Amino acid sequence: MIRVFLPTQLDEYTGGERELLLDLPAPDAAAVTLAEVIAAVDARYRGAGFRLVDEQGNIRRHIAMFVGETMVRSLAAQVPDGGRVQIVGALSGG
Amino acid sequence: MTRHLILVGTRKGAWTLTGDAQRRHWQISGPQHLGAVISHYVADPRRPGRLRMSVGSGHLGPSVFLSEDAGATWVEAQMPPAFSPAPDGTARSVDHVFWLTPGHASTPHVWYAGTSPQGLFKSVDGGNTWREVLGFNHHPDFLQWRGGDKDGTPDGAKLHCVIVDHADKNHLLLGMSGGGIFESHDEGASWHPLNQGVAMDFYPPKDDGSEYAFGHDPHCVVMHPVHANRLYHQNHCGLYALDRAQGERWARIGDNLPREVGDIGFPIVGHPRDPDTFWVFPMDGSGQWPRTAPGGKPAVWCSRDGGNSFVKQNTGFPQEQAWWTVKRQCMAVDDAEQVGVYLGTTNGQLWASFDEGASWQGLAMDLPQIYSVEVVRLP
Repeated sequence: MIRVFLPTQLDEYTGGERELLLDLPAPDAAAVTLAEVIAAVDARYRGAGFRLVDEQGNIRRHIAMFVGETMVRSLAAQVPDGGRVQIVGALSGG
Repeated sequence: MTRHLILVGTRKGAWTLTGDAQRRHWQISGPQHLGAVISHYVADPRRPGRLRMSVGSGHLGPSVFLSEDAGATWVEAQMPPAFSPAPDGTARSVDHVFWLTPGHASTPHVWYAGTSPQGLFKSVDGGNTWREVLGFNHHPDFLQWRGGDKDGTPDGAKLHCVIVDHADKNHLLLGMSGGGIFESHDEGASWHPLNQGVAMDFYPPKDDGSEYAFGHDPHCVVMHPVHANRLYHQNHCGLYALDRAQGERWARIGDNLPREVGDIGFPIVGHPRDPDTFWVFPMDGSGQWPRTAPGGKPAVWCSRDGGNSFVKQNTGFPQEQAWWTVKRQCMAVDDAEQVGVYLGTTNGQLWASFDEGASWQGLAMDLPQIYSVEVVRLP
């Protein structure tokens, strides 16, 4: 089970939900990738994925993603079962 | 009952003003998408009530929203403009959708979009899904056309002023800041530059005395809706007209503006019927390029003879100490017998003239910085 925290900027997509529990299967490993987590978020909230990740697979410039306490910039980052993903609007522009 | 809509896109959301058939009483509604950058908010002349809006969020990237009921309800495009992956490391991502243009009357579901970084996109389903126009974005000369990092505007190089010839759906024009004006006669499959006679003061003269074929900075380009041979454009380096019945070389008609005003600016709009009449809003492009109303005295200038002479139109505007200006999408005209001219300013004021620019009145004075103004008459 992975716990995902969602930013206010996504309210139009999430209806204001702030937290999402994802039961993602990871049959061959103890972790899934952040890309799989974002795909699951997009499956739940249609269109939200493209708001977080651009067409080249890059996390958008003013979106920050943390796995646990660590900021990551690659969707290849591993998210362990029981882990936490926090998606926030980056502190860009004060 | 006939009504008019003024569609106002701003740095912080969109507003709509609804006016009666006589344009006497206006009511403002909004905001829509409060906090988002609305680069372009446009109506579809082919289908009354159909509106399209470019929505850019600082955090969430670019999108397009669609309304079929004059803005009462909106849905997001399922697949907004996005560049395709490129295996050679030159892949780009759309930062914002800067421009939206409805297609030809004979293709009622076609739309075009211009983006930053510069790309041309096409939708054949009313703006719900978008594909790259490969003939332009992947043209072998494209990287030369668009220039380097210093050849774009401060918040990113832009593709704008996508024009569909009313008489020929295969005939397209567009502008790139920077890059120049480009033209297609086969619905976007192939393109060529259309910049003869246009100055490029920001590049050194060529050693052989010839002109640059591209690399120019057109700020705003218009084709007359009836007389397609008549083009005007406001450039970073002057104001130009092209009458293609006479040739293919732009003439710098801005030399006919008073020297103290100059011929630098962003917007230009043409009269809906008279190809000789158009309006511009010059800005200060001297010294450090403050990009304000020259001398702090805002004025529209109107030509009724194709640019041979101009008349100052500032009745109703502040007469001094007003340092706003008008961006390229921020002037519009309606199609009334006495044409209405509308402009939105960098300090959030929406002004209108219902006597072809002779006098001006403020319709909304406290909006965020205005990025686009359009007007449409609904039956």
